[in-house]
Amino acid sequence: MTTTTLAVLVPLLPFLGAIAGLLLGRTAPGFVRPLAVLPTLASLALAATVAWRQGGHQAVDAVTELTPTGSVPVELALHIDGFAALTAVVVTVVAGCVQIYSTGYLRDDPRYPSYAALVSLFTSAMLLVVYSGDLMVLLVGWEVMGICSYFLVGHYWETPEARAASLKAFLVTKLGDVPFLIGLFALATEAGSFRITRILGAVADGGIEHPTLIALLLLAGVAGKSAQFPLHTWLPDAMAGPTPVSALIHAATMVAAGVYFIARLLPLFEASQAAMVVLAVMAAVTMAGSALAALAQDDIKRVLAYSTIGQLGYMTGALAVADRGAAVFHLLSHGAFKALLFLAAGVIIHAAGTNSLAAMSRMGHLRDRVPDAYWTMTVALLALAAIPPFSGFFSKEAVLGVAEHVVTGHTGHAPAAAGWIVLLAGLVTALLTAAYATRLWLLAFRGHGPEAPDHGRQPLTMTTVLWVLAVPSLALGGFAFRVLPDWFDGHDLTPTLTTSVLGTGVALVGGIVTYAAWRHTTAHAARVPLGAVAAHPEGDAGLVEAEAIASHEPAYGDIAYASDPSDPGRLLLGPLHRHAAAGFHLDALYTALFVRPVRAGASLVRFLDREVVETYVRGAGALPRWLGVAVRRAQTGNLQTYVSALLAGTVVLAVAAVLVATGA
Amino acid sequence: MHLAYPAVLSALLFCTGLYGVLARRNAILVLMSVELMLNAVNLNLVAFDVWLSRTAEDTLHSGQALALFTIAIAAAEIGIGLAIVLAVYRNRGTSDIDKLRDTAEGHEPDGPDSDTTGRAVPGSRTAGEKAEATA
Amino acid sequence: MTLAAAAGTAAHATTTTAAAGTHGFLSPTGVEIAFLLVGLVTFGAAVITVTTRQLVHAALWLVVALGGLAVEYLLLTAEFIAWVQVLIYVGSVVVLLLFGLMLTRAPIGRSPDADSGNRPVALAVALAAAGTLVWVVTDAFRTTWIDLDGAPAGSTDVTGASLFQHWVLPFEALSVLLLAALVGAIVLSRKAKADAASDAADTRRDTEGTR
Repeated sequence: MTTTTLAVLVPLLPFLGAIAGLLLGRTAPGFVRPLAVLPTLASLALAATVAWRQGGHQAVDAVTELTPTGSVPVELALHIDGFAALTAVVVTVVAGCVQIYSTGYLRDDPRYPSYAALVSLFTSAMLLVVYSGDLMVLLVGWEVMGICSYFLVGHYWETPEARAASLKAFLVTKLGDVPFLIGLFALATEAGSFRITRILGAVADGGIEHPTLIALLLLAGVAGKSAQFPLHTWLPDAMAGPTPVSALIHAATMVAAGVYFIARLLPLFEASQAAMVVLAVMAAVTMAGSALAALAQDDIKRVLAYSTIGQLGYMTGALAVADRGAAVFHLLSHGAFKALLFLAAGVIIHAAGTNSLAAMSRMGHLRDRVPDAYWTMTVALLALAAIPPFSGFFSKEAVLGVAEHVVTGHTGHAPAAAGWIVLLAGLVTALLTAAYATRLWLLAFRGHGPEAPDHGRQPLTMTTVLWVLAVPSLALGGFAFRVLPDWFDGHDLTPTLTTSVLGTGVALVGGIVTYAAWRHTTAHAARVPLGAVAAHPEGDAGLVEAEAIASHEPAYGDIAYASDPSDPGRLLLGPLHRHAAAGFHLDALYTALFVRPVRAGASLVRFLDREVVETYVRGAGALPRWLGVAVRRAQTGNLQTYVSALLAGTVVLAVAAVLVATGA
Repeated sequence: MHLAYPAVLSALLFCTGLYGVLARRNAILVLMSVELMLNAVNLNLVAFDVWLSRTAEDTLHSGQALALFTIAIAAAEIGIGLAIVLAVYRNRGTSDIDKLRDTAEGHEPDGPDSDTTGRAVPGSRTAGEKAEATA
Repeated sequence: MTLAAAAGTAAHATTTTAAAGTHGFLSPTGVEIAFLLVGLVTFGAAVITVTTRQLVHAALWLVVALGGLAVEYLLLTAEFIAWVQVLIYVGSVVVLLLFGLMLTRAPIGRSPDADSGNRPVALAVALAAAGTLVWVVTDAFRTTWIDLDGAPAGSTDVTGASLFQHWVLPFEALSVLLLAALVGAIVLSRKAKADAASDAADTRRDTEGTR
């Protein structure tokens, strides 16, 4: 088979698997698990083959136009360069792991068939985005991901949190998608094509007249999808979905799509200095703010969610300094260790029966209950904190190194201001990242108190996957920074000494300070008992997690916050802690700015509709009704009345006719 | 003779009949008034026929022929009309037309239809027999 | 343009206008006086027919009105129609009506409810119609003159000739109509009888009677 055929099969197999899973889900439940896992694994093999054949050389391009579509043609196009090939491999690896993990995680869930089919569809849509060479086809995958995320985040739709979160995820990403769509049309109109290669050609020839406007419009969509400030608020709330879904959304699909999209169209963004600076500011605010917020979260998954936002900030930062190689490098390594973090967090939540770090910190020997999760999560947290030699170190240093390059003026692609912004924000975030990673580890695994309940060993499907993902988290970075430049643009991704020392140094400082704070505060833990665990610890992991999420707010008063004096984050953040826990009140701000005016407008419209429009409608109805009543009165059944009226009318008509005939 | 005399007489007779049709309560009196109206028309027909046969030398005599036909039809009409009135009288016990108001708005059909009620009761003997008969 | 001219041209009146000039309304001929008197009697009888409270009297006054009309036909030299009028109307129709009155058990003597509540409306409509018709008719034909001298226009000879020369087909069609009316009348009254018979207590004798 040619590379093109293989590449077409990569998104097609999970799609067919999703269709078959939806069709057979009720009639043949035995087929659901193979149908979920096997197509994804098959497309993993195919994606790997495609990547091996492509090998970072000449990009594979294949085009077919199904039907003429007017002035700007829409073509089914493949464009597989090094970025696409490697991203697809990561997507399929993570998706395969998630599917295998889900068979254990949701083993008793009655809605598992539709869940697995939607995950397959999600994967397929992301692969379509990755491989597509045409922006319209890319948009199809982009939107299918939006709808799949809506369904998957709302998997536990019995709980109000999940319903609200799924709606929020859908609406916020759609809010970004509207300008995104307009930007796509503007871009295609100016370039005369939806094909990415032609658009990049037009950019190179200077054929785009309004690069700033288009870039900013596209940026809005990317901010929505990739959860960048100010449209990031859906991502922490999306934790109401099952943990494997979080892993999928955060590691490989959905949020990666935005970064990947900019990476594809980076020359267009480079054409506008303003867009690059906006991108840099966006990345800096996202990074620093999300890291602060992560330090204050009580829900273990919300910590990870805010860390995802921060790591995505690194990627957009790398794009803001015009190095897509570094961005996609970080995307790849982050995909591995973030998927691992989430899947391990799912195991921990299952074992602990709670998602609250405050409750976990009061459990002894939790790490002995879940040794696999303990070790793999340690690896992943070290990667997250960018401690050498874990993979996160190399990718993060690549980003910081590029920023330093820009600052020192070694490259002309990006404005120096963007470099400064990214570099400083990146260093601050490295400190904070190490701090919250340490806090997470300490609270989850170093708790004191009554022993954690023993629910037996975790399912093998769940623990094996953790080790599979631990390998790239540990070793991908050190191996890849030498190889990847051949696949990417050729920029050097080797860590530079300055940024390595600086970054590792601040990370160590952050970790040590947090440890010291934890030593100081942990004494309070015994004095303030806290903790609520799920009511059905024997249920499958999905049920335990759903109960943990549903009980967090009644137990602690807030979905993200627990008033725990032994939390080191409280000591470190001081008065900032309360605001950080609430995501710096951005949700409240949006409520005040958008939700309330819209609600007020809706109630105004409702009032107008009920009281004003309805009155007119009723008035319009009343007149015929009165006429009808009057006419009904005439229906006496008395023939003589009828004939009288008839003849009187005849007389009148006759007189009229005579008068007209005589011309009177 | 002036044509206006029979024409005016005809008009007056017609309107008298009209008044009778509209004002009388008994159906047979209404029929009498209808006869008056028909006769008024006949007078018109005859008068104009005579006039035309003299002034226009018309030999077709359509007016008189039509008057004859009208007389015949009137005879038929009175026969049928009386039969209807008698049938109504037998059914309703009255021939007052302002009491025959079945078409009035909001009128409830007074006598229950025995046929439909028989069908509406399942298992009743008549319904069973009817079902067999229709089968 | 007056209605007289319009109707005159429509009726192909070629010479009437000239003749009408010599006959005024104020110098009536003998025939006209007779017509007028008989017409008054007829109209009066008709008015009494539609206003009297005694039902049988109404039928009898109808006889007077119809008979008066027969006289008017004679004055218009339409002899055959006049005799047919007497024969059919006075002879049969009124008799039928009287039978109908008897069969529906109409009260003999004054009945207070002979007129329905529609009377004022009826009066208004009738007066309006009369006014309109009389105005139109007099306006149209106030100068038109019928020459009644010479051979009668409606003798049996003439009528028969025209009826059986020009009007044979309608005549035969009319006979079919009369047959249909005959059958219809019989069916209507017979069905009514059958219904009444089935309702009656002694059904056996009635069914035998109808057989």
